[in-house]
Amino acid sequence: MAPLLEVRGLEAFYGTTQALFGIDFELQEGGITALLGANGAGKTTTLRALSQAVRTRGTIRFGGTAIEGRATEDVVRMGVAHVPDGRGTFTALSVEENLRLGAYARRDKAGTAADMERMYQRFPRLKERRAQQAGTLSGGEQQMLAISRALMLKPRLLLLDEPSFGLAPLIVAEIFDILGEINREDGVSMLLVEQNAALALELAGHAYLLETGRIALSGPSEAIRRDEAVRKAYLGY
Amino acid sequence: MEALIQQIFAGLATGGIYASVGLALVMIYQSTHHINFAQGEMAMFSTFIAWALLQAGWPYWGAFLATVAVSFAGGLAIQRIILKPVEKAPVLTNVIVFIGLLVIFNSLAGWIFDHTIKPFPSPFPKSSGAQLISPHDLGSIAVMLVVLVLLYAFLRFTSVGLAMRAAAQNPESARLVGIRVSWMLGLGWGLSAAIGAVAGMMVAPIVYLDPNMMGGILLYGFAAALLGGIDNPWGAVIGGFIVGVLENLLGAYVIGTELKLSVALVLIVTILTVRPNGLFGKTVVTRV
Ligand SMILES: Nc1ncnc2c1ncn2[C@@H]1O[C@H](COP(=O)(O)OP(=O)(O)OP(=O)(O)O)[C@@H](O)[C@H]1O
Ligand SMILES: [Mg+2]
Repeated sequence: MAPLLEVRGLEAFYGTTQALFGIDFELQEGGITALLGANGAGKTTTLRALSQAVRTRGTIRFGGTAIEGRATEDVVRMGVAHVPDGRGTFTALSVEENLRLGAYARRDKAGTAADMERMYQRFPRLKERRAQQAGTLSGGEQQMLAISRALMLKPRLLLLDEPSFGLAPLIVAEIFDILGEINREDGVSMLLVEQNAALALELAGHAYLLETGRIALSGPSEAIRRDEAVRKAYLGY
Repeated sequence: MEALIQQIFAGLATGGIYASVGLALVMIYQSTHHINFAQGEMAMFSTFIAWALLQAGWPYWGAFLATVAVSFAGGLAIQRIILKPVEKAPVLTNVIVFIGLLVIFNSLAGWIFDHTIKPFPSPFPKSSGAQLISPHDLGSIAVMLVVLVLLYAFLRFTSVGLAMRAAAQNPESARLVGIRVSWMLGLGWGLSAAIGAVAGMMVAPIVYLDPNMMGGILLYGFAAALLGGIDNPWGAVIGGFIVGVLENLLGAYVIGTELKLSVALVLIVTILTVRPNGLFGKTVVTRV
């Protein structure tokens, strides 16, 4: 089966500074793939490259179609939802308006209301706060909102940038459980960027490890977890 | 007492004009953080379009609506063609473009319609003298309120309006939900050009039509926007009414009409130093 996402020789640039130096990876439809690495390794940049929010070279094929050179808005319309670094909350808008915006690019307006209800079922705390200004939510609630907003697109691929960042372990566990549930029940494929390798390897079936803009290592999560030398050298646990 | 009330009503009428000019400035400022210095000249040019249509025998409200539509399209086109290429350029580049637009519209109007001062009709009945408020003042307040209500409904209740607000607040996130941010800026330009056109047509019967008619009014509109908080549309509206009333009362009782324009300048400087966020400047609560 052809992969859902196929990346070859991907380079990314901030102005003249190069942040990715020709990385290759792929992602199977329906799977969860983790992208690990230390601070500054290029994880966020990789997601930005996939959303075409940064200048790139190389090829990115999504569902068999080339993405490179398209506008971010058009990549989104192809079914790639991005939960950005820092959550990207529309802080001055209400929770419900944030969710409505998530469905902005969708054609089937009828399904939107039903999906909003489903988000509220998954995250009852968002429902309680639906009329509240989103900037007043707690960090965990904002992360739930960011994930729900991305899902409102009905994406084929969900890009997640450190969803555990700055959150208490209990909330992180809750969020990761729900991510697994969404993957199983709705069949949404995910590319999960994490610094918390142990956590990510539990959820993901496959993982890549980035080191200063290059892929240093890849393989099934199981194998990486079992390999003590790798764990010690790269993942720090 | 009656004279005082008359002054206040007259102030509210001009205040409505300042409010809409301020609102037009805020619409663009919110999403680009630029003050469009050409806003006044664009409104003036729109008013000339209305005048030309009226000269050609169009009925007033037909000319009014056509002018609003043409101004909307013109504002959108200016953003798409002239401003989009400099979207990411430094502030100064944009300022130069605005000044360029100002000069172009001013001389274009002078060249096409010449510089003689022209009367511009009011759609409302003539004043009979004994009223507290002239029909034109009352009518123009009503027109401005209709514009405000329509704008509010658009921003609040339509999905494109929501997308505009989202794009103004957080362009990166807006792109990530598929909003074409650059087109939202274009829409903002279209709307502010349309609002400016209404303001121009409402003020022209009072100040008469000529290429320089909006100069002072833009200054008052800017004062209104600053007073209300430059990033808050509804603040700009309230600011406009306050500035209008203040201007009229000070002009009538304190400093006389010759010095009226300096009211706006003094107000601008005072606000910038004392309360840069204005009376209603937004404080968005954010937790990280
Ligand atoms: N806006 C930017 N301008 C210039 N360089 C940048 C920019 N953003 C990131 N970089 C550089 O690109 C490289 C990769 O950064 P990136 O943010 O992708 O790392 P990361 O793996 O997401 O790190 P973290 O775990 O800290 O989020 C770094 O060297 C960083 O300094
Ligand atoms: Mg990062």
